[in-house]
Amino acid sequence: METNNNNNMETIEEVKQYIVVCVGVEQYGIDISFVDNIVRMQKITRVPKSIAYFNGVINLRGEIIPIISLRRRFNLEIDTFTDKTRIIILRTARQDAIGIIVDEVKEVINLKDEDVDKLSTEADIEGDENQTRYISGVGKNKANNTLVSLLNINNVIGDEPA
Amino acid sequence: MDVSQYLEIFIDETKEHLQSLNEHLLILEKEPENMDTINEIFRAAHSLKGMAGTMGYMRMQKLTHQMENVFSEIRNGKMKVAPNLVDVLFQCLDALENYLELITESGDEGDNDNKPILNELEAILNGGAAQAVEEAKPEQEEKKAEGDGKKEKYKDMVYADFEQHAIEQAIEDGLNVYAITVYIDESCLLKAARAFLVFKGIEEIGEVVKSEPSSQDIEDEKFEFDFSICVISEHPLQKVIDVIQNVSEIRDVVGEKLDKVPAAPKTEQQEEEKAAEETPKVDEKADDKKQPAAQNTNAQHKTGGKPIVNRSVRVDIEKLDVLMNLVSELIIAKNGLVSQSNSEGMQNSHAFNEQIEYLERVTTNLHESVMKVRMMPIETVTQKFPRMIRDLTKKLNKKMELSMTGEDTELDRTVIDEIGDPLMHLLRNSADHGLESPEVRAQRGKPEVGSIRLDAYQDGNNVIIEVGDDGNGIDVEAVKRKAVEKGAITNEQAELMSEKEAIDLLFRPSFSTAKVVSDISGRGVGLDVVKTKIESLGGEIEVKTRLGEGTKFIIKLPLTLAIIQALMIELGSEKYAISLENIQSIEDIPATDIKYVQTKEVVNLRGTVIPIIRLDDVLDIEHTDDGESFTVVIVKKGDRLAGLVVDKLIGQQEIVIKSLGRYLSGVNKIIGGATILGDGEVALILDVNTLL
Repeated sequence: METNNNNNMETIEEVKQYIVVCVGVEQYGIDISFVDNIVRMQKITRVPKSIAYFNGVINLRGEIIPIISLRRRFNLEIDTFTDKTRIIILRTARQDAIGIIVDEVKEVINLKDEDVDKLSTEADIEGDENQTRYISGVGKNKANNTLVSLLNINNVIGDEPA
Repeated sequence: MDVSQYLEIFIDETKEHLQSLNEHLLILEKEPENMDTINEIFRAAHSLKGMAGTMGYMRMQKLTHQMENVFSEIRNGKMKVAPNLVDVLFQCLDALENYLELITESGDEGDNDNKPILNELEAILNGGAAQAVEEAKPEQEEKKAEGDGKKEKYKDMVYADFEQHAIEQAIEDGLNVYAITVYIDESCLLKAARAFLVFKGIEEIGEVVKSEPSSQDIEDEKFEFDFSICVISEHPLQKVIDVIQNVSEIRDVVGEKLDKVPAAPKTEQQEEEKAAEETPKVDEKADDKKQPAAQNTNAQHKTGGKPIVNRSVRVDIEKLDVLMNLVSELIIAKNGLVSQSNSEGMQNSHAFNEQIEYLERVTTNLHESVMKVRMMPIETVTQKFPRMIRDLTKKLNKKMELSMTGEDTELDRTVIDEIGDPLMHLLRNSADHGLESPEVRAQRGKPEVGSIRLDAYQDGNNVIIEVGDDGNGIDVEAVKRKAVEKGAITNEQAELMSEKEAIDLLFRPSFSTAKVVSDISGRGVGLDVVKTKIESLGGEIEVKTRLGEGTKFIIKLPLTLAIIQALMIELGSEKYAISLENIQSIEDIPATDIKYVQTKEVVNLRGTVIPIIRLDDVLDIEHTDDGESFTVVIVKKGDRLAGLVVDKLIGQQEIVIKSLGRYLSGVNKIIGGATILGDGEVALILDVNTLL
């Protein structure tokens, strides 16, 4: 990693930080620039008649924040909350804050552009829509040689039909 | 001079002046001879001209300048106010409003010269006044004439030794010394601020050695509408005067160059009084050019000089929002303390409870005060309506009159901002659909002039606004026919429909009963938009109508939006809040009293049959076993009632309404919002209106 000293300027631009989280058996990466906060699991107030993947709302220091379940969003089995369960509060420029529930938060990794395989969007829409529209690419975590699916945050929290 | 920092003041003041123009033009139309009104319009136009000039809005300045010229002629008695003049003036007003809108949006006045209006004003000037050639001159001469006479107060300035010395020194150094008197507009509310700007402007090009009253007094607003100063500057007199006149609401500036040190102080105050006494005399002997000045002073006497206005501060609404949020947080924190004190271990501490009660009182008062700060009279939206009705009168060729009461009724600023359009729509509706054509009115024996009313008043925690007319009323049968025609309902449905249900059809999207789509209304975006808007403000709308006699729309709006009194209830393990506003009563109803009508559960409560709504069904909560009796909260919307079955009552509480945010509120109509309870938990607020 420390080989590219002379190319420093460019490398800084290319490196992005991701928070690695576990949902089910898979690992996902969330672009750290979207992350506002990570909080422990707390009581979620159910909101009746809302879209299925919305768990409800929580009170984060006086602000009401809607919570969605990544498991439900990905059509996995029902959430089981453990003491490792966390809520990641995301804030994007064009939308209000929203929280997503993940099974576990692992670590923060740096990924260079070359470590990421971008999924070409067109091909994927024809394919298994439900899974891939939430993924923007796959990153190679060199430290432990695992693959991390990078979440397309705008699609995950967007209100397009699931 | 960088003027951007004054842009906000400019916009606010321009709005005020335009409003005043608007009002006075309406008066002028009725009483073309009213001198006070004419003076008022002249003054407003003049101030606008000055302000626009200062800010560098040349087009606006040109237009107002021309208006001012016209009124100058009228004031001089050389012209009469003709109806077509008022029309042109209204056009001017519209043009000025357009400029202002552009300026508000982009800081630029745009590039519309409004040539046609300018030309018309020009034509009026040429036609009305013989000496139209002098157009620009009267003003100048007027100033000069006045300068010769009464206005040289600077001559009475009393110089102290050191001041004389400074002046002497300056003259020796070849600098110019001027004595100047500045007159501020009588209508100016911030005299001290204007004076400050004058001083600031002068300091850029020279030095103020002396002022009368003293600069401290000027800062404290301890002066009438003029002050005199002695200035040392290297620039010519005209430049100094120009700088001063660049400040808005400066009526006049007179001054002269001093070649020698002023004579020894005339210590007597009488001297000044004498000068003041002379003023009217000078006016009398002046020629006709000076008439306006005399009238001006007359007007001054009438109004008593000083405007009676409370001292006030302009505050950005966002700052108030922040304040309001903080108060909300405080109430949540207080609720937290209250729920703590009710829990174990705290009961015996009497002093603690007392303090909690004290805190409760303080927060309630604080909340009320902040709400009051946010309140604005409804006048801010209604004041543009008379003009609108006037225009409609011409456009529709119907005679009508708008009478308004209760314009001082106050509403939350956020409501005020939103309520304008719905009200305007209802008024247009009344004018266009409601009132009959003159012929029909004559046949029916109604007065020729149709009457439209707008009444606002406070009723408990609500504000009621009624918009009514004495026109045709709603033809229920026509509404039904139309609905059938559009396929909204079937023939059978139409026959069974009550009058009320039929009228409700009007509030459905894209429903218009007007036979012809006109410019004014009837394009189908109508009452449904009004209704949605009002409901989004937490209000409701009702219609009362009598065929042939008139229609009245009744709008009910909550006084406050953010904090309400609510009843907390429990359903299964979840807690919900119901606004106390909606609750009629709470009943304990034996299971045996619940009857079925068309497979729907109802209860006969003291002679009224009320439908029962099982909240646990509506909200997908697991059904608990029915006991021997139900706790039923009777809620009302308008005159409709329903009984909500709940598991348990928790109690009354002051709650802060928070939005669910964009993700959830669109999907969910039953939940009106959320609130944070004392223990930090979130409870949802049920919107009773959607349940009924």
